[in-house]
Amino acid sequence: MSTEATATLPALHPKRKWTDYFTFCTDHKVIGIQYLVTSFLFFFIGGSFAEVMRTELATPDPDIVSPELYNQLMTLHGTIMIFLWIVPAGAAFANYLIPLMIGAEDMAFPRLNAVAFWLTPPGGVLLISSFFVGAPQSGWTSYPPLSLISGKWGEEIWILSVLLVGTSSILGAINFVTTILKMRIPDMDLHSMPLFCWAMLATSSLILLSTPVLAAALILLSFDLIAGTSFFNPTGGGDPVVYQHLFWFYSHPAVYIMILPFFGVISEVIPVHARKPIFGYRAIAYSSLAISFLGLIVWAHHMFTSGTPGWLRMFFMATTMLIAVPTGIKIFSWCGTLWGGKISLNTSMLFAIGFLASFLLGGLTGVMVASVPFDIHVHDTYFVVGHFHYVLFGGSALALFSGFYHWFPKMTGRMVNENLGRLHFALTFIGLNLTFMPMHELGLLGMNRRIALYDVQFQPLNQLSTLGAYIMAVSTFPLIVNVAWSLWKGEKAGRNPWRALTLEWQTASPPIIENFEEEPVLWSGPYDFGIDSEFVDEKESLEEMLAEVGAESR
Amino acid sequence: MKIPSNILTLIAGIAITLISLWYGQNHGLMPVAASSDASKVDEIFNFMMTIATGLFLLVDGVLIYCVIRFRRRKGDQTDGPPLEGNVPLEILWTAIPTVLVFILAVYSFEVYNNLGGLDPVYSGDGQAEQVASNHKGHDHSHMLAMAPQSRVALGIGTGADNQVSGVKPLVVDVKGIQYAWIFNYPETGIMSGELHAPVNRPVQLNISAGDVIHAVWIPQLRLKQDAIPGRDSTLIFKANVEGEYPIICAELCGSYHGGMKSMFYAQSEEDFNEWVLANAPAQPESEPVAQLSPAALSEGQFLAPYAQEMGISSATLAQVKSVVHQHNML
Repeated sequence: MSTEATATLPALHPKRKWTDYFTFCTDHKVIGIQYLVTSFLFFFIGGSFAEVMRTELATPDPDIVSPELYNQLMTLHGTIMIFLWIVPAGAAFANYLIPLMIGAEDMAFPRLNAVAFWLTPPGGVLLISSFFVGAPQSGWTSYPPLSLISGKWGEEIWILSVLLVGTSSILGAINFVTTILKMRIPDMDLHSMPLFCWAMLATSSLILLSTPVLAAALILLSFDLIAGTSFFNPTGGGDPVVYQHLFWFYSHPAVYIMILPFFGVISEVIPVHARKPIFGYRAIAYSSLAISFLGLIVWAHHMFTSGTPGWLRMFFMATTMLIAVPTGIKIFSWCGTLWGGKISLNTSMLFAIGFLASFLLGGLTGVMVASVPFDIHVHDTYFVVGHFHYVLFGGSALALFSGFYHWFPKMTGRMVNENLGRLHFALTFIGLNLTFMPMHELGLLGMNRRIALYDVQFQPLNQLSTLGAYIMAVSTFPLIVNVAWSLWKGEKAGRNPWRALTLEWQTASPPIIENFEEEPVLWSGPYDFGIDSEFVDEKESLEEMLAEVGAESR
Repeated sequence: MKIPSNILTLIAGIAITLISLWYGQNHGLMPVAASSDASKVDEIFNFMMTIATGLFLLVDGVLIYCVIRFRRRKGDQTDGPPLEGNVPLEILWTAIPTVLVFILAVYSFEVYNNLGGLDPVYSGDGQAEQVASNHKGHDHSHMLAMAPQSRVALGIGTGADNQVSGVKPLVVDVKGIQYAWIFNYPETGIMSGELHAPVNRPVQLNISAGDVIHAVWIPQLRLKQDAIPGRDSTLIFKANVEGEYPIICAELCGSYHGGMKSMFYAQSEEDFNEWVLANAPAQPESEPVAQLSPAALSEGQFLAPYAQEMGISSATLAQVKSVVHQHNML
């Protein structure tokens, strides 16, 4: 993917060969792309599992795949999408963008960075190889005692591969925090950093605080499985509920680990394509930190019907609902950024607006399931499945695509084909709503989750959902064709095709090996759009309009 | 220019409010509510649905308006206004959600407390004998009650059998195994694969699990409680609408998790007594297996095709029965 340097840049710099991407390379840009490509390979695998599951669920009987295989596909679908798609894709953007955004040559610990990446593909391959010994079938939550009795080696492989990618995640987080805090160019203080860096700061602290707890839980589970100990096994006096606490102590923060980087992506994309400064920089920056703090004290809301005392349920209900506040601040701030801007509806922006619309739904149902009396009804039903797919697909994944189209020119030096991109967006957006919207009703009416066979009364809504899943499958074709076409024949991208203000756009596309020719100049804040034109009158009326919207929302 | 836009905003606001209020009550997404507690849960859902609809329409309305009104015109390379925030507006949209979630939290707390979720007997450590005294303070003697912290099983059929506001709760021991529910009625000595109970009488389910974690879910009662091996838990409810409601396992328990279903027959007093007469063993100790088989085998057509595959037979159920009698042993 070598490209000619732009006119201002002498073509003297050594360039990356395609083989570099298959080596232990310490260049953060290579690692970023390695992460991104790897994560998308796993996205296709995890997605195809989802298609098999939806095909199975088109009929109430377990006829396409056996219930055992269904549970294996379900377990691997969840594990792959979380640990091998969304989390590494977040790490991909963080690796690629953080040093460029803060004007550094590379990450603080380049070798550690490469180690972190190279833990991921073995973890993923190991996980998928579990099919040869009987893949795990106890869900990505792996609750004992079920996980202890449904296939020893499949479960053990699952544990090992999650430990591998978890370690990778911790090593990456150490790098992100250190790089952001220590390697910014001198002129850039914390409050002139791009918001993506704030988001990664919040994400990394969550990773560092919670992932070790998951590792501990999985190692203990592994002892129960292999060595016959009884940490969680009730037949030997262990307590399965303790595992649930340890598991969710990581796995709820994991939700924020999966969404916060993409909040950061959205905060970058929207101002650039709306040509307007981000609305409420500090509110967005601090709300990321608030989310990551609150994210650490909500875990037991996954256990409202489990062995938890009443007062604990009330405490976790309150903290969970409180998360709606910083999340709401972000959504309103992004809407405020759009308001009065000059919005270009390119693929990146379409995905960003699609993100706002569908993440909003996931957020609203999220507040609902926080309410204990209601959650007791919908816990472990398709309502929850609908909810978290709106958060993770409607939220994280749409924002991931948004960022992908936004930085594709920077990463490859080629522009994408906008028409194919818009087609990708339209199919994805229609498909996702058709797939996940009916799930809410199914859950409320009485369809439990993680089942290969269901009551015949639920068939029509399930077929709608399956149709949506097929549309989403089709939506990946424009994406693949677009990437191949753009790499091969795409229009060459200049340094700054979007006229953005963050530092990554000050260097060549793709950036030279050590990022910048000379130290980049911080000549404006990251989102100072519109400062060289006069809009005094219009600004006045705009503030009034905004105040009206705010008043009306009361 | 200014006044018409104000009026338009006002009209939009009123429209959003009216649509939300209407949809919050008329979404029709919930199944029948078969107890007064279920109706309370529905009320909280309706309340949340109203707010959610309002916010959804507001935010998506803004997005659609922005996309139409503020689209970049062809050839326009200028930027939008350099507007970096608006502190009063930001305070407003922080304060409104804060107040909303505060109201919702207090409301949920109230409902949960009325369900009996914070009852000291079942939500924490406690003796089963306290049931009676704690029930007296309640308007609703039916409670949702939760897993005790201690490993002590509740006093099945003894402590909880005391008078509860004059009405004796029907105690049923529920055991989840892969992939069936076993209901044991200590009062009458019946063992069945189905739950039968009269309406308007409290029912106390003492829930346990024989192998892995299961969860009892009766959608029409809006109630769910995990059945955890080694930790017994309790659900108390009072159905007030006669009907046949599914009992669904809601916690992944293995490959045929989807087939682990039973039925709850909320019956009139007479129908229930009839069922008891027809099913009660002449002497509770004699040949309970003979009583068990027909009940278990008729347990819903749904399971029938899979029973063979799952290895459920009268023989295995008979084995289970011996386990059921030893509630402390796990």
